[in-house]
Amino acid sequence: MSYDAHFKVWRGDADGGSLVDYTVTVNEGEVVLDIIHRLQATEAADLAVRWNCKAGKCGSCSAEINGRPRLMCMTRMSLLDPAEPVVVTPMRAFPVVRDLVTDVSFNYAKAREVPSFVPPAGVGPGEYRMQQEDVGRSQEFRKCIECFLCQNTCHVVRDHEENKPVFAGPRFLMRVAELDMHPLDGAAEAGIDRKRGAQEDHGLGYCNITKCCTEVCPEHIKITDNALIPLKERAVDRKYDPLVWLGSKIRRRV
Amino acid sequence: MSRTAREAWDVVVVGAGGAGLRAAIEARERGMRCAVICKSLFGKAHTVMAEGGIAASMGNVNEGDNWQVHFRDTMRGGKFLNHWRMAELHAREAPDRVWELETWGAVFDRTRDGKISQRNFGGHEYPRLAHVGDRTGLELIRTLQQKIVSLQQEDHRETGDYESRLKVFQEYTVTRLLKAGADGDSAAGERIAGVFGYARESGRFFAIEAPSVVLATGGIGKSFKVTSNSWEYTGDGHALALLAGASLINMEFVQFHPTGMVWPPSVKGILVTESVRGDGGVLRNSDGRRFMFDYVPDVFKEKYAESEAEGDRWYQDPDNNRRPPELLPRDEVARAINSEVKAGRGSPHGGVFLDVSTRLPAEDIKRKLPSMHHQFKELADVDITAEPMEVGPTCHYVMGGVDVDPDTAAAVGVPGLFAAGEVAGGMHGSNRLGGNSLSDLLVFGRRAGLYAAEHAASFPGAGRPVVSEADLEAAEAEALRPFGAEGGDPAVSEELAENPYALHQELQQAMNDLVGIIRKGPEMEEALRRLTELRARSRRAGVEGHRQFNPGWHLALDLRNMLLVSECVARAALERTESRGGHTRDDHPAMDRRWRRLNLVCRLNGDSTEPGADPLLGRVRLERREMPPIRDDLLALFDKEELVKYLTDEELTS
Amino acid sequence: MATGTDPRSATAAGVPAQGGVHHPSRATIPARHLRADRWWLAPAVTAAGLFAFVVYSTWRAFANDDYYAAPYVSPFYSPCIAQNCVPMKGGADWHVFGAWWGLSPALLILIFPLGFRLTCYYYRKAYYRGFWASPPACAVAEPHAKYTGETRFPLILQNVHRYFFYFAVIVAGILTYDTALGFRNARGEWGHMGLGTLVLLANIALIWAYTLSCHSCRHIVGGRIRTFSKHPVRYRMWGWVSALNARHMQLAWASLISVAVADFYVYLVASGVFDDPRFF
Repeated sequence: MSYDAHFKVWRGDADGGSLVDYTVTVNEGEVVLDIIHRLQATEAADLAVRWNCKAGKCGSCSAEINGRPRLMCMTRMSLLDPAEPVVVTPMRAFPVVRDLVTDVSFNYAKAREVPSFVPPAGVGPGEYRMQQEDVGRSQEFRKCIECFLCQNTCHVVRDHEENKPVFAGPRFLMRVAELDMHPLDGAAEAGIDRKRGAQEDHGLGYCNITKCCTEVCPEHIKITDNALIPLKERAVDRKYDPLVWLGSKIRRRV
Repeated sequence: MSRTAREAWDVVVVGAGGAGLRAAIEARERGMRCAVICKSLFGKAHTVMAEGGIAASMGNVNEGDNWQVHFRDTMRGGKFLNHWRMAELHAREAPDRVWELETWGAVFDRTRDGKISQRNFGGHEYPRLAHVGDRTGLELIRTLQQKIVSLQQEDHRETGDYESRLKVFQEYTVTRLLKAGADGDSAAGERIAGVFGYARESGRFFAIEAPSVVLATGGIGKSFKVTSNSWEYTGDGHALALLAGASLINMEFVQFHPTGMVWPPSVKGILVTESVRGDGGVLRNSDGRRFMFDYVPDVFKEKYAESEAEGDRWYQDPDNNRRPPELLPRDEVARAINSEVKAGRGSPHGGVFLDVSTRLPAEDIKRKLPSMHHQFKELADVDITAEPMEVGPTCHYVMGGVDVDPDTAAAVGVPGLFAAGEVAGGMHGSNRLGGNSLSDLLVFGRRAGLYAAEHAASFPGAGRPVVSEADLEAAEAEALRPFGAEGGDPAVSEELAENPYALHQELQQAMNDLVGIIRKGPEMEEALRRLTELRARSRRAGVEGHRQFNPGWHLALDLRNMLLVSECVARAALERTESRGGHTRDDHPAMDRRWRRLNLVCRLNGDSTEPGADPLLGRVRLERREMPPIRDDLLALFDKEELVKYLTDEELTS
Repeated sequence: MATGTDPRSATAAGVPAQGGVHHPSRATIPARHLRADRWWLAPAVTAAGLFAFVVYSTWRAFANDDYYAAPYVSPFYSPCIAQNCVPMKGGADWHVFGAWWGLSPALLILIFPLGFRLTCYYYRKAYYRGFWASPPACAVAEPHAKYTGETRFPLILQNVHRYFFYFAVIVAGILTYDTALGFRNARGEWGHMGLGTLVLLANIALIWAYTLSCHSCRHIVGGRIRTFSKHPVRYRMWGWVSALNARHMQLAWASLISVAVADFYVYLVASGVFDDPRFF
């Protein structure tokens, strides 16, 4: 059942690096992360890699396997052609730290820019009442394990470093959508317009809905269809609906 | 002169799982400046692996539930070895901690009347676990993470700096707690003065001076081969506390979760949530028999169904039927599976069958157990809506931990040190109920943060304990030892270096085989011999490369902690000559009421607090300590006949 | 002491903040991508399919001939709103534009379905990937030096999709009327059914399915609501539209093909290649 696989793993740091060849044993039922661990235990003790749960729940072991953004713990070796080399590189949208480890602080900075959940005024702990159908949409987005593969694959920042300051990325636009769809979020009462914010502060307009975020999501969240497009439609409600626009103009006059 | 960067904060929280984050939120809300240190990225803590839910007697599904019933279940589950006061506080405060999460943005599954839905779980009399599908831990960690972000946003509005009062040092590891005398003189070495460690990314050392340190580092599962725990679970907090002079209790009690994946080999041990059984899944052996009916112990006989028909009726009509024995506490189920496999009635890959496919429609399975469906599909190529899973016991949780004051979570004997969550001992007695972990994190995380903040506030300005230069240099030297030459220890670098990965594997194998789910006296003596040998070899654990994100180095440093904690487990397990909860002795199979009153307390040997002490000496010693008597009104919650099974006659008469 | 939550400056060491996967901060990998699969296939097929439709529809739209074979009218020419339309018995030929309009009447009306599809969230993905290579495929670097997405003119106009949806509903209504007329024979008597009727029927079913599965429709019907439980009817409608919406791509292609097929069928019959087979 075992065979020897040809691995090409990117080794290096911010000053440079290259793909290094390894030949390594693969056993039945193993995933790419197992092979990386075998390399660490045998011939590359200092091979840097992030990982935690090894069950697709924590989103730590994000990397690119044969050029595709994936979780290493959820990529079974049986899906890969044993005759072809397996190329493993760090995520290519973020600054590299060492080997397969990247600096993902971009994402933590963006997380801070999204206004938090605003508890509704006058509703105390234990008094929240929401129907299951009302929380379903937000719950889908809260399945996110923050592996940042969507952020990594999104060409808006992957291919254009200069867009990083103005674009929150799919994960955090989805966070805006999650809060905007939360049945008890009190943002509006507190003077926060999440719909407008999505467009003006978080760069929703940069998204051209080419759906790579949805394609790579290991949690199979329909990021584009259920979060980004509805958010765009909500922004249209605010900004491009002539009737709404006219109404707000008139109201402002009065 | 040390090269370590220093910072000063009020409270340092080590660990960013449920307990750590809850403690940090509390300390910050009490006005303290709080630093959180975690080995992984922020939001990746092992808490995300918790699946089933948070136990809290909100009574949303069954109005009969209240904190007394929860307390009773918890004591029964722990076989009365729990610290009663912790079990009481936990049961009383859990509902408030859950409701509070909603105000921070958590989105739980709902009941028809819009309240938080609650599900059944092993050992809980009523549906009690607040949940979000089978990813409750993720919801918990994300909610706490987002609450911290919202506090940082507040601070940013006020001070212009997100991290002025609450800062997360992610991918930092603490290797030593630092102490100082009460008057700021380090010679006395009495109270906590801060922490020392390294940044994983750069390998640079850091020290944070603070009068209060909260340990929230989780468990020790990475000392075992088959485990549901992640690499972070190397017993850091347990070892740090020991090395700082605190003590550990109940270390012999290690919970083996009955249902971990057994195939494929690379994922062996990964958890299969108890909710599978709570929602109707059943266990079968290779003969197709629901064998759990054969394993109901006497103490639980009246509480569990005697026939499959009755057990099946219970899901619809819990008031008039008893629950199926698949929902016995985890220790019972794990032992039963172990026995079936040993008797040759196991599944092809050495487990038993857990079947939900014949019990629920495929759509329900996908809705109620989405991440299990996903996990088996992706990792084992098994469709759980169509075929049974293969499962077996996996090391899951350590009941033992730092000996703490039940009300304040303060570590006994070390002023300024606090512990909460899995790293603290006492709350769960000899066995933890499913769902009690997440609530434990929140209840005692909050208390630890609260009292750590109070402690820190009692040191205004100049009177604070100061870290000594000598302590820093000693800690640096210890951390650099794996690099051999750099450590400057000729005794170490002359001999052949050991591979830390190989040492770790040998440790895991020894603990798994010799101090595992079923224990025998001679095997544990053998384990202690092997641990001694491994400890000696671990001092030669060498690494190549440099300090920047070097996993070999990190593991070499973690070995100290795993070996120390493993020794506590093995010694305590050898000492306790009875079987109770997460401690099963083949040579002492019965529960002994006389042992019920005793905690085994594990301390560092007096002469080995320094890194340079003789490695061949056993590093820990054990003491027996009597437990405080349970308060009368709490005892009155139980029937006399039940108490007789646990308490000695003299305890009952007094 | 740096924590991982402080982003590194992208302009460190005087490097201009530009470039994608070859930005100096990123892992040095010369290849623009490392995908070993046939990632180019999907955008190539998409581009080829769209191109073929554009060529065909341009020819047919400008042809101004063979679009009516009683009782069938080509969907390209309905409603027919110029004076130069061929007379259609009971059909949607309203002479809004006078004799001065000398071009094909299709051009007047095709604007609406064209605009609907051009701003459709699925077609946007298809042509951004297929024609503009932005990006060509996931994790394959795009060739453009700058990218502003849909933040500026002209692409900011994609936000008008909703209004095209309203028009698309009207057009679909008229095509439904046309299909109903397909149950009359050439003399205007009810009780007819030919192969053409079936072709129009299939086409209008797909047109409706595509139109209703539109993301804007999903939003208007219920997506904009915050508390579904207070709007049970709209919630149920939202559920239906969501189910259709999950197939939006398939419906987009199916209806695109069916429109062309329906037009081509009318063309064949109108130009006398064969007679419409009658069932009754």
